[in-house]
Amino acid sequence: MVFVYAAAIATAVIILAPFVWLLISSVASPTDLLARPLKWIPSHISLDRYASIFQAGTNDTAATFRAGMVNSAIIAGSTVAISLAVGIFGAYAFARLRFPFRRATLLLFLSTYMLPPIAILVPLYLTMVRLHLLDTRLGLIVVYCSFVTPYVLWILSGHFRTIPRELEDAARIDGCTRLGALFRVILPIARPGLLATALFGFLLAWDEFLYALIFTSSTAAKTIPVAIAEFQGRFTVDFGLVAAGGILASIPPLVIAFLFQRYIVSGLASGAVKG
Amino acid sequence: MREKRRLGPLRVRVPGAAGTAALLLLPSLVVVFGIVVYPLARTLYTSFFDVNSPFPGRYPFVGLGNYRWTFGSPDFWAALRRTAYFTLVSTWFELILGLLLALLLSVRFRGRAVLRSIVILPWALPTIVNGMMWRWIFNPEYGALNALFTQLHLTSQYRSWLGRPFLALNMVIVADVWKTTPLAAFLLLAGLSTIPRELYEAARVDGAGAVRSFFSVTLPLLVPTILVVLVVRTIEAFKVFDIIYVMTRGGPANGTQTIAVFAYIQAFSNQRFGRGGALAYVIAMFILGFALIYMRLLRREVEY
Repeated sequence: MVFVYAAAIATAVIILAPFVWLLISSVASPTDLLARPLKWIPSHISLDRYASIFQAGTNDTAATFRAGMVNSAIIAGSTVAISLAVGIFGAYAFARLRFPFRRATLLLFLSTYMLPPIAILVPLYLTMVRLHLLDTRLGLIVVYCSFVTPYVLWILSGHFRTIPRELEDAARIDGCTRLGALFRVILPIARPGLLATALFGFLLAWDEFLYALIFTSSTAAKTIPVAIAEFQGRFTVDFGLVAAGGILASIPPLVIAFLFQRYIVSGLASGAVKG
Repeated sequence: MREKRRLGPLRVRVPGAAGTAALLLLPSLVVVFGIVVYPLARTLYTSFFDVNSPFPGRYPFVGLGNYRWTFGSPDFWAALRRTAYFTLVSTWFELILGLLLALLLSVRFRGRAVLRSIVILPWALPTIVNGMMWRWIFNPEYGALNALFTQLHLTSQYRSWLGRPFLALNMVIVADVWKTTPLAAFLLLAGLSTIPRELYEAARVDGAGAVRSFFSVTLPLLVPTILVVLVVRTIEAFKVFDIIYVMTRGGPANGTQTIAVFAYIQAFSNQRFGRGGALAYVIAMFILGFALIYMRLLRREVEY
């Protein structure tokens, strides 16, 4: 048992140390950061960098960063909403209906996961240009839904299958249609799976980099990963500012993951593992 | 097959399962393949031409020339070797560390919930932030790793962790493993939670100790989950791009240039879109190959 606690503490340290260092870097003064030997605890702590990110004017990198946060939030949220809406019906079909090519169809959806983005990048770019979707949030949302939806289908179909048919059958005997049973019986029970899927989808969308890099060029649609990469390029002297940006960029996904973590194990158990 | 259902005095034709399924799947099909199919076909088409600029125009048809170039290019094979190395090393570390972590999290101890909250953090951290963070930690002049090692007297001087090709590749693996092991751990934890307790009790009754019951009960029943982890991580590692872009851009001296980075450079830096397209398809074929192998193994173990 001592071993368990020792392992737990060691794990916690290994995981938290880089985070803590990132946090410290963001509030330490530049001289402390560049000192050799390194001072682990800074002599002065200042939140100046965070202030400069929030207060700077509209024409510079900090403004891009703020816009990036907003864009990422809107894009990730919309992607999850749409993918869930679309995927719930498809997942139901995979879970409850027997139809020809069922397995093949699911594998077809999953096979899109195997595509390296580079395989569709250039023609997709040209298509976006023609549809005037370049540098728009909608354009990114459309692209993101295309790779989040297969996840939704996979995890939710596995999850739906673990819900006993009898519950649904009982509802349908009472006069419910299939869809009615879906909404009134299955979805409420499937809440953990739905939340786990939403979390996955949100993290996927928030994290995406290559498409955002290529398809956006201004604050109209730039997402936070692109903004951070730019941060890194411009502020090579003061890493602390890049660290502050990184911390801010991580807060939404970290908070959401923290809040919904209970659902992850149960959602994965029924969805990804058995499916 | 159409069924006729009797609903009271009315006889209504209800579409059979196939029809309903098609209707339910239609939105998903549109959302996914509407975006993917045309560009996919277009890239394939482009890969048969020698395209060296992004502008539309007449480009010479070279048939399988780009593919022949790919398989004949020593840079391609080098990139493939690096990708294979990255994939194998990172996936196996993630699997083993993830398994240990999952076992740890499956034990009931005080503070387990706290540990679980901590473990999820690296996974939720955006890849770009992760790459940038580790790049800072590995910084040759001011990095925390150098400081830590010298202060603990493990090394005598500061090293350039991302400055030598093979070392840089391994450091990128460290960053990737740190971020992704939690995912493997949670998947395995989910798998562990599906193993019925009675089996452990039965094993204990038969006199099996902890180690024995791990190898006889846990591991065999965990195989489906392990395969899922392997498939998912292998595919991801083969496609790896973001973390390399932000940590090293594929350098130094192409030391971290995996095939996805290589394809990107062919297409966007060298503007050889025909080659980029061929490369992309070759990558996809490799991934498909791996996935099929794993799926075949999976199908034997798991009832669909």
